[in-house]
Amino acid sequence: MARILSMRQALSEAFIQAMEADPTVIMMGEDIAGGQGAAGERDAWGGDLGITKGLIGRFGEERVLDTPISETAFIGAAVGAATAGLRPIVELMFVDFIGVCFDQLLNQAAKFRYMFGGKTMTPLVVRTQYGAGFRAGAQHSQSLYSLFAHIPGLKCVIPSSAYDAKGLMIAAVRDDDPVVFFEHKVMYDSIRDEVPERPYAIPFGEANVVREGDDVTIVAIGRMVHLAREAAVALAREGIECELIDPRTISPLDEDTILDSVRRTGRLVVVDEDYPRCGMAADIAALAAEKAFPSLKGPIMKVTPPHTPVPFAPALEDLYLPNPERIAAAVRKTLT
Amino acid sequence: MQLSRAELLKAYRLMRTIRVFEERVHDEFEAGHIPGFVHLYAGEEASAVGVCLNLGDADYIGSTHRGHGHCIAKGCDVRGMMLELFARQGGLCGGKGGSMHIADFDKGMMGANSIVGAAVPLALGAALASKTLKRGTVAVPFCGDGGANQGGVLESLNLASVWKLPVVFVFENNGYAETTASSWSIGGGSIAGRAAAFGMKGLAVDGTDFFAVQAAAADAIARARAGGGPSLIEVKLDRFFGHHEGDTQTYRGPGEIERVRRERDCLAIFRRRVVEAALLEAAELDALDAAVALGVDGAVAAARAAPPPDAAELHTNVYVNY
Amino acid sequence: MSGAAIHAAIHAIVMPKWGMAMDQGTVTAWLAAEGSSVATGQEIVEIESAKAAAAVEAKVAGVLRRVAEVGAVLPVGGLVGVIAESGASDQAVADYIAAHKDEIAATGAEQGPVPRLIEVGGRRLNCLDVGAGGEAVLLVHGFGGDLRGWGLVHDLLAGALRVVAFDLPGHGGSDPELGEGTPAALAALVPELATALGLKRVHLVGHSLGGAVAIAAAAAAGPGLIASLTLIASAGLGAEIDGGYIAGFLAAKRRRDLKEVVERLFADPAFVTGAMIEDILRMRRMDGVDEALRRLAARCFPDGRQAEFGLRAAFLGLPQPSQVIWGADDRIIPAAHVAGLAKATVLAGAGHMVQIERADEVARLILELARS
Repeated sequence: MARILSMRQALSEAFIQAMEADPTVIMMGEDIAGGQGAAGERDAWGGDLGITKGLIGRFGEERVLDTPISETAFIGAAVGAATAGLRPIVELMFVDFIGVCFDQLLNQAAKFRYMFGGKTMTPLVVRTQYGAGFRAGAQHSQSLYSLFAHIPGLKCVIPSSAYDAKGLMIAAVRDDDPVVFFEHKVMYDSIRDEVPERPYAIPFGEANVVREGDDVTIVAIGRMVHLAREAAVALAREGIECELIDPRTISPLDEDTILDSVRRTGRLVVVDEDYPRCGMAADIAALAAEKAFPSLKGPIMKVTPPHTPVPFAPALEDLYLPNPERIAAAVRKTLT
Repeated sequence: MQLSRAELLKAYRLMRTIRVFEERVHDEFEAGHIPGFVHLYAGEEASAVGVCLNLGDADYIGSTHRGHGHCIAKGCDVRGMMLELFARQGGLCGGKGGSMHIADFDKGMMGANSIVGAAVPLALGAALASKTLKRGTVAVPFCGDGGANQGGVLESLNLASVWKLPVVFVFENNGYAETTASSWSIGGGSIAGRAAAFGMKGLAVDGTDFFAVQAAAADAIARARAGGGPSLIEVKLDRFFGHHEGDTQTYRGPGEIERVRRERDCLAIFRRRVVEAALLEAAELDALDAAVALGVDGAVAAARAAPPPDAAELHTNVYVNY
Repeated sequence: MSGAAIHAAIHAIVMPKWGMAMDQGTVTAWLAAEGSSVATGQEIVEIESAKAAAAVEAKVAGVLRRVAEVGAVLPVGGLVGVIAESGASDQAVADYIAAHKDEIAATGAEQGPVPRLIEVGGRRLNCLDVGAGGEAVLLVHGFGGDLRGWGLVHDLLAGALRVVAFDLPGHGGSDPELGEGTPAALAALVPELATALGLKRVHLVGHSLGGAVAIAAAAAAGPGLIASLTLIASAGLGAEIDGGYIAGFLAAKRRRDLKEVVERLFADPAFVTGAMIEDILRMRRMDGVDEALRRLAARCFPDGRQAEFGLRAAFLGLPQPSQVIWGADDRIIPAAHVAGLAKATVLAGAGHMVQIERADEVARLILELARS
């Protein structure tokens, strides 16, 4: 049972198991195999970071579709196909590209169930790469998941471990609603942990308590979970015990687990890689301020990047992102 | 191919239903009984019916904000539609969609859509599902002359061609995108002419001629169904009313609306033709007129009497489960 | 430079092994910077295992090169980093790292015992086997549990005897196919497992539903294979069981709900850690597990009572030495079920999970019986 996989391997296994179990599951995206129509190797890439490599060999051209660069058309086609009997997993290569196809998620996929009086369902997974740290610059490093959590009718999933990635992806494919699934570029290979071989599904709206503690609650999203854990370990040596909560899904959000914790610790730090204005950090802070106010012993702290685009230069990008030192400093601030 | 009497009667009944429905909705809207935005299809009936006569329930259509005609032509329940427009319980969408979002997936009607061009990629998806699941069905997205310039629509022409999907693109060119003339906004002057650029057959037909529309559509749909890939039909027609109800239409030339109603009425043209060719009798058509009028009256009466949706409906069906 | 000289200049920092049950750990923080000089005894990296967290010290002085990143989970013996004496080239370090990884893959020598899947009766059972020889203690867990629940007892016994624990079908890492789902049907696995592992003389220990399975196995196999029988808070000795617990366990899909239910298993709820709940949830999420548990409960504990399989009578008729151990505060199966049984030990202040709450005493009692 102690089988260690990387997040990349865990996702690949999820795709394979989901596609083996259900013939209506198909994958679509730009270069998710690669070499379409070209003279050389088919499946040349398997996705720009190789995450979908090997699938076309296993499942064939009918179920693994490379697309031209036309997000509105193929994301829209995925939405339409989902209403018509398929369960597509469509890749938006970088979440930064959402600008060219936002309508199909915002006004179409998100709203069909409601606008059409409950008569249709859109079992779609849009998987997308997010996050900074890759030195990819302002237009390829954003997080933007707050935009999607904002929209009623969409679900929004952000795994932080290989175990979570496989279980949440399988759950996403089985879910009958449109799910936007966020994969952090930096975590594909650097994150490795125990992953069961058999298929399993992690329910949405169930946070993971990564670490228990009584002094401060830290809620961290995606890659920030690992930085927050590093901070928690350092703080433990100072005698400060942090409870670290990973929401796993920000829509639906497991409010109960967060509030239970804050009511016990009285202190909250939220760590979020997305832009600071109107984001998940503010959302969770407001939730606690409203529903756990009597328990609060100190100000709620948010650890986010500054209100700037993501810089290219490594020296600047490293300053941009939250890090364990800033998280620890925020924790200490709630204790003064 | 010759249409049977039954098919001709069906075609007339559907076109007449659309006409009466839209004229009535115009009156009800003016009386303040219909909330929101309404975009009327009167004058364009031959397009929706000419195309949809070739489709079954399992085939899909995508529609536009001007979707009542497509809905009726595809077999959606008229009473349910009226209740929906009036925002009442029992509406096709429970009163939660309204005129611009009427849908009935059981009838393959993927919904009216208030985002210009948005239904085209969606219909592509239905075609993709059909092809992947080997159902043998086709998808027909309707789009306006305004939508013909939308990026996603042009992407869809390309993608349908590259994937060889069973799609027939039907562009209804009624001469105006809101207030802007299509003769000005279509670069290159012809929507049908764009088809060749994407490797598919394109054809322009007179939208007041039901038979011309039906024949062109039959051909294109058969080709798609047989695996021959997508094609495009540009239907040239006129809308009798404004872009939306409340539109003063000052952008239309003097006497234009009167002339259009007089000379470009597809129902009058159809009636004249079938009676002159002795395909149908005037009395049969009169009987249908009466029946349709009764049906629409009944729908309006039901709509005016029905209650609005329960307050609890505000929260329902955001998700299948959450 | 000769190979020996190269290797002498570079030292591995490997995932340590703290306690017998540890088979892997997580790198949680680096305490010294990449490329910095570290001194002997300096704390360089923080490791967390399921049960402990501590810093690892440098055993030699030199330049630190990190191999594993924060968050990486490595098996015991896995390469976390290296300390290179000054003068060792980057190429030498890279070669060393590559070679070390190959070693681990080839021999697996530094890894502690890990459970593995064994083919038994047409399905695969997850099995943790420590020690050697034809005589062994065989531990059978209860409803909704898995072999990890025996962890403390397993550790304590392993010095003295070969100890084997396995996951019942539909539990832990074993295949989900349950078969008939009765104690007798599950008991059929015992002699097959013994054959697969080369066991000739088995001291069978069963907890809760595992106890019912153990009785059925002993009754079927006879004294040749089953040398002794220890039942812990066992099913099969009476009709009463807390049906609310079973129903609650099946219904609880979320952490909070499950914690409430699982706390009823213990006299002291502090035993229920977040890690324990997460382990149970992980098992429950796997396809087929919930269905298997439901069928098992329907078969063995219908309508809030234990189904009658004639096990108490069978137990009383067994020739081999046997004993029962119970927690006085067992809220799931009442300690009163020991009435009329010879050699019964009821431990005050313990609940249903006696083998966790009082592992020392349970291990001692098992060994005593095995040696008698």
